[in-house]
Amino acid sequence: MTALLEIKGLTIDIARDEGPARVVDGITLSLEQGESLGIVGESGCGKSLTMLSLVGLLPNRIRATGGTAIFGGRDLLAMSQRELRAVRGSEIGFIFQDPMTSLNPVMRIGDQIAEALIYQKSMAKPAALARAEELLATVGIPSPKERMTAFPHELSGGMRQRVMIAMGLAGEPKLLIADEPTTALDVTIQAQIVDLVRDLKSRSDMSVVWITHDLALIAGLADRIAVLYAGTVVEDAPVQALFDHPTHPYTRGLLASLPTLSDEPMSRLASIAGTPPEPGRRPPGCPFAPRCSLVEPACTAAVPQLTPVPGSDPRHRVACPVTTRGAS
Amino acid sequence: MTTLLEIRNLSKHFDLRLGAFGERGARVHALDDFSVDIAEGETLSIVGESGCGKSTTGFAILNLHHPSGGSVLYKGTDLAQLDEDAMRPFRRDLQIVFQDPYSTLNPRMTIGEALSEPILFHKLASKADLPARLAQLLQDVGLSARFASRYPHELSGGQRQRVAIARALACQPRFIVCDEAISALDVSVQAQILNLLLDLQDKYGLTYLFIAHDLAVVRHISDRVGVMYLGRLAELAPAANLFATPLHPYTRALLSAVPEANPRAPRNRQMLQGEVPSPLAPPPGCRFHTRCPLARGLCRSQTPAFREITPGHLTACHAVTSPTATNWETPA
Repeated sequence: MTALLEIKGLTIDIARDEGPARVVDGITLSLEQGESLGIVGESGCGKSLTMLSLVGLLPNRIRATGGTAIFGGRDLLAMSQRELRAVRGSEIGFIFQDPMTSLNPVMRIGDQIAEALIYQKSMAKPAALARAEELLATVGIPSPKERMTAFPHELSGGMRQRVMIAMGLAGEPKLLIADEPTTALDVTIQAQIVDLVRDLKSRSDMSVVWITHDLALIAGLADRIAVLYAGTVVEDAPVQALFDHPTHPYTRGLLASLPTLSDEPMSRLASIAGTPPEPGRRPPGCPFAPRCSLVEPACTAAVPQLTPVPGSDPRHRVACPVTTRGAS
Repeated sequence: MTTLLEIRNLSKHFDLRLGAFGERGARVHALDDFSVDIAEGETLSIVGESGCGKSTTGFAILNLHHPSGGSVLYKGTDLAQLDEDAMRPFRRDLQIVFQDPYSTLNPRMTIGEALSEPILFHKLASKADLPARLAQLLQDVGLSARFASRYPHELSGGQRQRVAIARALACQPRFIVCDEAISALDVSVQAQILNLLLDLQDKYGLTYLFIAHDLAVVRHISDRVGVMYLGRLAELAPAANLFATPLHPYTRALLSAVPEANPRAPRNRQMLQGEVPSPLAPPPGCRFHTRCPLARGLCRSQTPAFREITPGHLTACHAVTSPTATNWETPA
């Protein structure tokens, strides 16, 4: 397998009156063709910004200030908006959390999907409309022909998310980035959407990046998981290795604080004391050090680099000098 | 155990005017025939998906939405009959914590001012005793007394939720409705707040109605769990029973849809087809029959009674007769 996407040393800053604040600090990640990568982390860890920066969709005042992102031999971060326009949709597709704000409320859904096809694939309108109807059928929308003329508000949340997925797939991208696509959905609908994307993926060689805060959800979806904390990758491992040998104290804390259906009723959950650092107030060294129970002087001296975990899968790497000791 | 609240056939309907000129009347059946006794000191959780009426249940019990029918007996008074003025003395005992503390805390009030309001309104402390009382409240929810002079925007989401809990505690209540109180929080913070709620319950003997959609969270905090579907209670059971032997087909589907934090977990889901029907026109008979794998003729015409299958474990399903058997084994 070859790397489809290779992010190296990505930094993202927010411009503020007091000066720039770093929110993504040297993320290095790679993704292979056909791979499913889960990017997991809590609010503000930079998981969405990292992916948005690839296609030039960062909000105002937030900029990628360093690093490279090689996709198909080209550096996405060095491309102009004009060049990126050719990448968005046709090479990298996106599904966002909230379809109601991503869909045009005054445009029929068939026309919205067809618009993407006309633009990206230079299709003629009748062919684009026919393809849009096929896509609606592919994503499991009942009676797609009738639904072509529906407006977004006439659909339920689950159906709207299916429309978003149809649009994400319209350009037949090599990489689909799904940013919390099921967070706003009920659990039974979430199960339907997850099965749909898994099924779509199994029928093509598309790579998928799942951005989520839900470790339980991602356990059944991803081949590999990268755990982000305060804008850095703290652990990167094949999914089985991550759940068998969670190594970074933050990953362990996250897993321990996850309520599960097999817990004792009325039992106390483990929790991680404190809160993540705010942008611009990053502690020196390891960003997790102030909340970590294993902290040592070495932790605050330098930002730890990802190193292999002794005794686990060779691809399992962790940025923690304490828990990976004995590696050398 | 003594009963704190005796709720009988509680209903809430909302009348809508549809059409450009409001010419068509429509009725949303948000809650129908909700009956349960809530015991002093217990945590009763209500779970279900969006629009199942779980929040309406909390609002109707507290008379924040005036119920359309039924009764809520508290200390010998039927709260459902009271108007806003008559309700006021009871508000002290019956509090609520919402999902989003950012929209329920006044952004121009310091935390101290926000916490003082209910104390002064209900005359629970003199002006002189107020600072000590505020410090105590903040300490109860794990915040230092310094927070009294801060504004909501200076706090993190978890800290704001602690303040919302402190404000509910300020009146020394007996009963707190937690309406998706931890749903918006990150998992590591969510665990902190859950533990806090359990600690406060131990310390003050509080009774909770915990409204949530996350079944794993509910398992952690509940003595009993009620599962709602489209405005009706489908199942009610002690927490351990509900998770070990779910009886209602909807509960089973709901539990099997919860993702497990284990990549090796078998994925034999009982996938529910379709979506929840509109509460504007709930299906006749059992409201779940349009999506139920067990549905038969009877389910389409007759509302199933809420029956006790094993002690304390009730469900509203024509098909379920015992924990192990159903009336009919094969789908219709």
